[in-house]
Amino acid sequence: MAEGERGGALVPIRPIPPEPAPLPDPRLSDVDCWGRSERARALCRLLYDPVYRNWFRAEWEGLEKIPATGGALLVANHAAAIPSDAPVIMHGLETELRRPVYALADFLFRQTPVVGTVWSRVGGVAAHPDNAYRLLREQKELVLVFPEGTKGTAKTYGSRYRLRRFGRGGFVEIAMRAGVPVIPIAVVGAEESMPTLWKSPALARLLGLPYFPVTANMLVLGPVLGLLGYFPAKFKLRVLDPVHFDVPPDQERYSKSRVMEEAEGIRVAIQEALHDMLRDRQSVWRG
Amino acid sequence: MAGPGRRVLVTGLSTFWGGRVAQALEQDPSVEVIVGLDTEEPTVELDRTEYVKADQSYSILNRLVKATRVDTILHTFLVVDSTRSSGRALHEINVIGTMNLLAAAGAPGSTVRNLVVKSSTLVYGAGHRDPYWFREDMSRTSRVGTRVERSLLEVEDYLSDFADDNPHVTVSLLRFANVLGPDIRTPLSRLLDLPLVPAIGGFDPLLQFVEENDVVRAILHVMDRGIPGIFNVAGDGRLPWSECAALCGRRILPILPPFGAERLLAAFDRFTELPPEVLSLLRYGRGVDNSRLTSTGFRYTCTSAGTVEAYAKAARLRRIVGESPAYRWERDVETFFRNSSAVVRDEP
Repeated sequence: MAEGERGGALVPIRPIPPEPAPLPDPRLSDVDCWGRSERARALCRLLYDPVYRNWFRAEWEGLEKIPATGGALLVANHAAAIPSDAPVIMHGLETELRRPVYALADFLFRQTPVVGTVWSRVGGVAAHPDNAYRLLREQKELVLVFPEGTKGTAKTYGSRYRLRRFGRGGFVEIAMRAGVPVIPIAVVGAEESMPTLWKSPALARLLGLPYFPVTANMLVLGPVLGLLGYFPAKFKLRVLDPVHFDVPPDQERYSKSRVMEEAEGIRVAIQEALHDMLRDRQSVWRG
Repeated sequence: MAGPGRRVLVTGLSTFWGGRVAQALEQDPSVEVIVGLDTEEPTVELDRTEYVKADQSYSILNRLVKATRVDTILHTFLVVDSTRSSGRALHEINVIGTMNLLAAAGAPGSTVRNLVVKSSTLVYGAGHRDPYWFREDMSRTSRVGTRVERSLLEVEDYLSDFADDNPHVTVSLLRFANVLGPDIRTPLSRLLDLPLVPAIGGFDPLLQFVEENDVVRAILHVMDRGIPGIFNVAGDGRLPWSECAALCGRRILPILPPFGAERLLAAFDRFTELPPEVLSLLRYGRGVDNSRLTSTGFRYTCTSAGTVEAYAKAARLRRIVGESPAYRWERDVETFFRNSSAVVRDEP
């Protein structure tokens, strides 16, 4: 028997202090501290399911690469004047994996009455780095982010499936700090669901929007219905291999060159997957 | 000569917090002397606290600190509810009062070794670019638009300079979230008392509350242990404004327009008690991370939702039996009970 072990037996066993009883928390709604409500989400899934299944006919590849537990930062390409990819990804993952997904989005949502509240109840979170960090590190949730931001959705039809700059690599830094992998997702179909033909910078400035698109949907369905009516483009989503960073979490800062390099690597991986998927695509509508 | 016990100066004795803190200190046998300073007479029953009347900007502080040789100052006299005083008075109390307090505490030969200041999470503001949980080291993202916020930020600036210049003084700064409780009236509690609770159309922000007793406990916690630093004090969790109303048995009425509510209310300033800082809170809400204080061993007695529920219960009782009678301080009576030989006192 080792010296240390014998010594340990002589120490009197101290009673384990009782775990403090959790405080009563008389909540009436199921809105969590991020504003997401599972009930609102369930209703949203119920209403959205026909769109997901019959309109976009979303098809996934490589879903098994997304872990059943633990945090992960999902990164996807972003498209369509009013993005159709975020709801498809969130709905798909929540129904297939039965895990909540929080989607980071522009602060603009939070400012908009009604839209901001609804968006928050169905899992939208303002894209503040600290929000993402807490969701990933402390709550070990799935967080979806579109690093292209509005630059992705503001593209006109001519530059479809050409990925924009991935911000300043902030998403990589958050994943490093939170100690979670980045899982890239390539999405085909969103671009054609609401293609932007032309943009009006003057109107955008007037309305305080990041961009004001004139979409093909507006030409076909009229200016109002065109905001909601997506074309039935076939959605295909491919989950790529998770990217793990072998760096210790919770560091004050990470090498900027490493961050940029990883971000660019992820961007290239998604871009190549998109090219690959587009090569195999027979038809925009049938896939 | 000063005895071995603590000698504590409480500012704002007649305010809700000052009175509460002084009452709690009276229970503590290790506290030998409690001096309470205010411009008005105390509003709670006090047993051994000495009340000193001062003017708003506390110009007698220097003398008082020297004479009483206090070692601890609890600065609870910061106005955070801007409906309670005019802009000028607010500046006078918060900024000039704190300046004089710090000058007295930092004067050569000062005996002050502990300083606890009760600030507010108002210093973070409320805006759409905010993180959902403010840590103590994060700065606000929204513009400083209101007097009360500006004055509190100035106070915090003075305080951080003071802490740098006086390393021998333990300075604790507590930032309290919105307080609710059976005994205190705040702009939000007044809204929750209305038959229909006003809200801004299209917004249902997540709010965070701290129970009034947890406020007092937090002040005593950092004082007793002499913990320096800045701490957020707020119950766990956040809940939507509509749910706060529901817990109080009310419904919300989205009567305030989503755009231009600030200007509209400014026009009706006299009739409503909705200052701009409350309006931005009703739009975006605010959350603060309370883990720094809990890591020092502090335990809350209520979560945010628990705080609202406790308030709702108290409000229900109040509607049936009415306000509890207010205590009236009468100097002659107090002097009689404390000093008269006719009063029979138990020997300690």
